[in-house]
Amino acid sequence: MKILVCITHVPDTTSKISFTDDNTKFDSSGVQYIIGPYDDYSLARAVELKESHGAQITVLNVGEADTEPTIRKALAIGADDAIRVNAFPSDSFFVAEQIANIAKENNYDLILMGRESIDFNGGMVHGMVGQLLNLPSIAPVMTLEIDGDTAKMTREIEGGKEYVEAKLPLVLGCQEPIAEWKIPNMRGIMSARTKPLNVVEPVSDGMQTETQKYELPPAKGEVKMIDADNVSELVDLLKNDAKVI
Amino acid sequence: MSVLVFVEAEAGKIKKTSLEAVSYGKLIDQGDVTAIALGTVEESELKSLGSSGASNVMHVADDRLNKGVINAYASAIAEAYEKVGAKTLVLATSSLGSPVSARVAVKVGASLVSNVVELPDTSDGFKVKRSIYTGKAFAIVDVKSENKILALKKNAVPISEDGSEASVESFTPSLSDEDFGVTITNQEKATGDVLLPEADIVVSGGRGLKGPENWNVVENLAKSLGAATGCSKPVSDMDWRPHHEHVGQTGVKVSPSLYVAVGISGAIQHLAGVNSSKYIVVINKDPEAPFFKAADYGIVGDAFEVLPKLTEAVEAAK
Ligand SMILES: Cc1cc2nc3c(=O)[nH]c(=O)nc-3n(C[C@H](O)[C@H](O)[C@H](O)COP(=O)(O)OP(=O)(O)OC[C@H]3O[C@@H](n4cnc5c(N)ncnc54)[C@H](O)[C@@H]3O)c2cc1C
Ligand SMILES: Nc1ncnc2c1ncn2[C@@H]1O[C@H](COP(=O)(O)O)[C@@H](O)[C@H]1O
Repeated sequence: MKILVCITHVPDTTSKISFTDDNTKFDSSGVQYIIGPYDDYSLARAVELKESHGAQITVLNVGEADTEPTIRKALAIGADDAIRVNAFPSDSFFVAEQIANIAKENNYDLILMGRESIDFNGGMVHGMVGQLLNLPSIAPVMTLEIDGDTAKMTREIEGGKEYVEAKLPLVLGCQEPIAEWKIPNMRGIMSARTKPLNVVEPVSDGMQTETQKYELPPAKGEVKMIDADNVSELVDLLKNDAKVI
Repeated sequence: MSVLVFVEAEAGKIKKTSLEAVSYGKLIDQGDVTAIALGTVEESELKSLGSSGASNVMHVADDRLNKGVINAYASAIAEAYEKVGAKTLVLATSSLGSPVSARVAVKVGASLVSNVVELPDTSDGFKVKRSIYTGKAFAIVDVKSENKILALKKNAVPISEDGSEASVESFTPSLSDEDFGVTITNQEKATGDVLLPEADIVVSGGRGLKGPENWNVVENLAKSLGAATGCSKPVSDMDWRPHHEHVGQTGVKVSPSLYVAVGISGAIQHLAGVNSSKYIVVINKDPEAPFFKAADYGIVGDAFEVLPKLTEAVEAAK
């Protein structure tokens, strides 16, 4: 089985988000970068499938050279090789085109992604890649079992889940509890240094959208504390001041 | 310019977020707004879309679409989009709408922007504001192509209710076997409850509640407020509550008018899922809990004492 895992290189979930250059650029000073948490789940499931079924795992990132430590981490967790498409991922469709282009040349059985990236939260790339390759795309996928050429999955829906089956190849956008995040061990970290990381140039530069400016939400006002023995004051405030109940 | 709006029904009722999408469609284009609904929905429900601004409703009354088959939905919507000559598709972000819209975008060659939070600025080009970094910031995005798809976050606009009845026509897209290559064998759904992503009030419990057997205090308060219940990630990881109730960075992002957090410390990853709530109430026995910094109202106290009293006070105020 050949599995492609597409990973993002994103600010750690505890990062303070701020912007520079008159709010036109993300301020990356002091920010730690990680594999997108959802992508990390996909990668963990891919590694489990490799252990149980045998698989060749390729990780793919569309990003500039600064993403390589994040890609190496994915190799340390258990991917066999990596591809970096050398371009800044400024538009989802552009990213989807790059991924589809690599996939067309490689016949992957599974293309695993996260349900969404945690920077732009688009939740779009897997659907776009599915359509570009004319393959089914399914998201958000909570569990994944492979039985021969069939994938059995559960997909989260509002208020529950549904059981889904489809033949490989497939494009999936994954989330928990598909697998537990894996922490690379020493051997993984050592071997990651020598695993192949191929850099390729992007196939097009067609941007459909352009981010012009960023904004931060207005600062939250002071919290009003209410005595635990006087909860009716809270009800009164919610009813008559906030008017939400 | 002509607008198509994809609407979803839940338990026979058009979702509130879909009514927001129709209202949004009407506000960006004073011309005719067409809605499309798939699967079994009562005709009276469809007609009522007129009050939010739809003139026509295309109804694909195909039983196979009673469940959300992503590929088939995308094909049907793309065909409707071409048929009405739409230039903009509007829909609500949801577990179905989002994956469907990505495929439609490629099919019809449209720019897709998701998590849109307000009406576009059309004074110079077409600029939309979207939520990014899981609610921690916004981006103003210039949409370049003529064809556009806007997937809205909840509360992008209020629901309009002053239109007249819409006309409903049946629409039969040419769906192939390939569109049904993915089979949905079964669905498990909480019935009768308020769905978390749609809820106007949410009461969430965290590890501070100590165990699943104690959830009745949360459920009772939720019931008297007409709220949905949510939880923190460790709570769903330990299977105290189902996964679809997990709120935060890696779970559901909610935008209610009131979010009540009980026994949740307020880790940044939890806050990421609740930061677009209008009001936040925090109940925690630790006065130093970080959640208080993100709250509008706070009570320091033991959940097991405060919640029953609060439920009683809510009932008394009805
Ligand atoms: C990449 C990543 C993604 C994550 N995504 C999410 C996410 O989506 N959602 C999420 O929730 N977490 C997420 N987390 C986990 C997050 O960091 C916290 O660990 C988690 O939110 C803590 O849950 P909690 O507040 O329920 O538990 P705790 O942090 O253990 O807090 C329990 C709270 O209950 C209070 N308490 C105890 N007893 C009582 C009582 N009797 N009455 C009242 N209060 C009481 C305590 O004072 C404490 O503040 C993520 C973490 C990472 C690393
Ligand atoms: N720059 C990128 N490089 C590789 N994969 C990506 C990139 N951006 C998004 N993806 C994949 O697409 C998924 C959904 O991303 P998004 O549509 O941006 O929310 C992510 O979880 C990744 O798996």
